[in-house]
Amino acid sequence: MTTTLANPMAARDHARAMAGTVVEAMPLLPPVADDLPAGVAAEDLLWEETIAAGGYATRRLPRGSRLRLIDLQGDACASVLIFNAEMPSERLNVADTVKVQWNAYLGEGKLLLSDMGRVLMSILQDDAATHDTFCGTSNAATNQAKYGEGRNSGAFPNGRDRLLLGSAKHGLHRRDVHPCVNLFKGTRIETDGTITPLIGPFSPGRTLVLRAEMDVLVVIANCPHVLDPREQWTVTPLRASAWRGSPASADDPVRTATPEGLRAFQNVEDYFRR
Amino acid sequence: MTSDPDLAGLSGTVVHDETVPARAPWLHHIPAGQTLRIVDLEGNQAVDFLLYAAADDAERYSAQDTVSAQGNLFLRAGTVLLSNEGRPMMTIVGTSVEHHDTIGGACSCESNTLRYGHHTKAQHACVENFLEANLTEGRGKRDIVSNINFFMNVPVKEDGALGIVDGLSAPGLTVDLRAEMDVIVVVSNCPQINNPCNAFNPTPVRMIISA
Repeated sequence: MTTTLANPMAARDHARAMAGTVVEAMPLLPPVADDLPAGVAAEDLLWEETIAAGGYATRRLPRGSRLRLIDLQGDACASVLIFNAEMPSERLNVADTVKVQWNAYLGEGKLLLSDMGRVLMSILQDDAATHDTFCGTSNAATNQAKYGEGRNSGAFPNGRDRLLLGSAKHGLHRRDVHPCVNLFKGTRIETDGTITPLIGPFSPGRTLVLRAEMDVLVVIANCPHVLDPREQWTVTPLRASAWRGSPASADDPVRTATPEGLRAFQNVEDYFRR
Repeated sequence: MTSDPDLAGLSGTVVHDETVPARAPWLHHIPAGQTLRIVDLEGNQAVDFLLYAAADDAERYSAQDTVSAQGNLFLRAGTVLLSNEGRPMMTIVGTSVEHHDTIGGACSCESNTLRYGHHTKAQHACVENFLEANLTEGRGKRDIVSNINFFMNVPVKEDGALGIVDGLSAPGLTVDLRAEMDVIVVVSNCPQINNPCNAFNPTPVRMIISA
């Protein structure tokens, strides 16, 4: 083997022989899915990728497109950053997201708001209902304390380092990794402020569909929730699909549900008035 | 000995003492080991607060890391304010207020348009103060993250309902913060007039640093 691969052409043949390998966590190019919702044409599929346990993915999505996330085995935790793709200094603001909507919990109809008074994405469908805006994600120190290590290059990568790598793929830096939301793993807040994590594991196949309300960059890390009580580092793959779609229409029920939300959509529409 | 009640119980020598006017920003470098006391001079004045590591300002206060580590949303005496890299930046060594907020964020011109309407767009806001102060040291919008609101009260109800309600503070109440590393403190003395966070009347606060 060593002798053969000392020859560049043999190394090329060896590399090329890998083509067609299929593993659980990988992107499909071109994207293909056999479970698109009715009315979505196969050619409108933009992205199809299964994100590894402990892995991350990042994607630019156009305004109006839908992002579907599926917790394939019931133990995924999607820690998500969102940026305005054409001006990434505008990003998800978790404080404004809960404060403007007068509620701590994410779910169907909720908006993910930027720090510029605009809605970056909205949640169109949610059969998980356990999400978290408060806890953020793990970092090297928390994983070191809990699992003995947390390096990207080790067996138990942490969420922050995954989000750093994902953000860096868009030229972003440490100061851009902003507070995130966690999807599929949740928290409940007690009246004395105590945070009760809702970690499952849950039934397989729970699904979220979000709509990009602006051209966005999404960065998704799939690492155990920072308050996962289990001693073992436990997380399962997350499937991401995206397809083209239309932005919210004037009478869209998510757009018009609340006066605060309507103004967030109006601010988006004003931004795209060009 | 002193008769100034705002200094009661504060040990060490006062090395800085400044009153921040209503609605104004404040930025100060505080070395490890020194203690910052914030005095709510007239009561119910939200003090929006950010922290950066002086040695590397890409490391900064992280509300999410702080609440996760203590398993509770409220900041109380004993809370360690953690950075985005999990390191202690300051500790709340004492406070005469039951708890402080770190989920409500800072008011901005833009979020005011959502919360109250576009007629509030031109009003001064905390993010304006954060930007003004940070820009003097080369930081900008990317450096503004979820902050602390000292003296502000944001309860979360069983169904998740939350909102900024009447404060728990009163004239002369304080919070003491010991620097665990060399930090840059950036404050907005909140100018918001559309909700109860400042009792609809922004007022001055006092910053006292002891070494």
